Amino acid sequence: MTRLTRTALAAAGLAVFLAVWEALPRLGLLNETLVPPPSAIPAAFLREVRSGAWLAAVLSSLSHYLTGLAVGAGLGVGLGILSGMFRLFEDVTAWIVRLLRPIPGLAWVPFAIIWFGVEPAAAVFIIAIGVFWIVFFATQGAIRGVDRDMIEVAQAFGFRSAFARLVKILLPAATPGILVGVRTALGQAWMAVVAAEIFGVYGVGQRMMQASSLLASDIVLVYMLTMAGLYGLIDAGFVALQNWLLRWRA
Amino acid sequence: MTATVERGAAPVVGIRGLSLTYERGGSRTEVLRNLDLAVHPGEFVAIVGESGVGKSTLLRVIMNLASPSAGTVTIHAPPDDGRAGGGRPESALVFQDARLLPWRSVLDNVTFGLEWRGVSRAERRRRGEAMLALVGLSELAARWPHQLSGGQRQRVSLARALAVEPAVLLMDEPFSALDSFTREGLQDELLRIRAATGRTVLFVTHDIDEAVYLADRVVVLAGQPAGIAAEIRVDTAQPRRRADPVLSAFAHQLRLELSRRSSDL
Repeated sequence: MTRLTRTALAAAGLAVFLAVWEALPRLGLLNETLVPPPSAIPAAFLREVRSGAWLAAVLSSLSHYLTGLAVGAGLGVGLGILSGMFRLFEDVTAWIVRLLRPIPGLAWVPFAIIWFGVEPAAAVFIIAIGVFWIVFFATQGAIRGVDRDMIEVAQAFGFRSAFARLVKILLPAATPGILVGVRTALGQAWMAVVAAEIFGVYGVGQRMMQASSLLASDIVLVYMLTMAGLYGLIDAGFVALQNWLLRWRA
Repeated sequence: MTATVERGAAPVVGIRGLSLTYERGGSRTEVLRNLDLAVHPGEFVAIVGESGVGKSTLLRVIMNLASPSAGTVTIHAPPDDGRAGGGRPESALVFQDARLLPWRSVLDNVTFGLEWRGVSRAERRRRGEAMLALVGLSELAARWPHQLSGGQRQRVSLARALAVEPAVLLMDEPFSALDSFTREGLQDELLRIRAATGRTVLFVTHDIDEAVYLADRVVVLAGQPAGIAAEIRVDTAQPRRRADPVLSAFAHQLRLELSRRSSDL
């Protein structure tokens, strides 16, 4: 099938989806408060933007998102490298990892609130934990998977210290694998953003909870679509960055 | 670039009483036993032997990538070669499979071995470009390794090794994975570069004709554990002709040595 036909099919599918969604509440088959039709969304969106609530919530959530992502991914890459490079580090941490790894990120919410209060730091903490494990395991695996032959090249040219091995060979060779982990974390982190904010930290999640308690379901939808849009933008940006970083690949 | 060829001077590579035993899971395999070899300045020595006889292991020991169980390996860089940058290796290896680093451009691969303190970026670049010119790939400097043919990759690998101006250039079956046209082209290329730079070369191969065509001296590695079974000086001046019956006679002699050795086992 040509690219054009596939695009056309995808567009047609979306159009049918929107049409059915529009029709159900309009025909009275569903309560309009419970399922607002898509045609109601632009007006709700404009109201939110004009009041300034949309921008403030989005900026707040983005700042949680990016900070949490940076902290979690930074720690994940750092500790993943240590664990991938040094068997001793891996052995010492093996059971700690096994103990902590299965704990869902959201199970940390009580502690996040005890330690940080209902503050941005609590949201950052929750997001960072979710991101950390994904990036940690991706990095550890990618570092360990580096072809020994490549490491031998570094040794053959006299680069024998662990640091030289890391900088000259391991890190560039592991970059594709690390980036796959980070990309997975990009999606995971949005989930954590909403979860953290639903508990009251100011941002998109909190705004959705407010709207829902007022039965302003059209506003809830505005933020759901906002998140889909933001995620799409961030992911597209990341893929562009990834393609540039990995431009050496066939 | 000039290099002094001093016969009778201290060898560039001096190997004495070298033995190597691998220990793996309680079982010991003796790979090399009591091996002596001297490679003199400017000399081109080929080591031939069957696959798995320990040729690559010997190179790994010379590179200090593996430790001998007994014996010594010394490498003497000529004192006047003005080497800059502490810690730089005295030997450089051309791997059988080129082993370029895929995330580096061709030029950055060539300058890889120069990334030591004391070698400025400009100097690295200048040397890298000179080496690429030497192997005839100047116009490919900005390419990625995956965009090169097998022969081009091996040229870059050669340039990378030459760039560090090693006291001895080690080559581990560097042309064996190439088709015969490319291989013969690269053999002649290597001889031209060696004539131009005067490099000392230690060349491992399982191809007897290749050894005889390239080397001043061919050493036969055979046995289990392996030792030097025979040594032939190919005293025919370069450039040589591949079809030269004198070379065929040397090759025949080497084949006899090898078959005699393997029937001993």
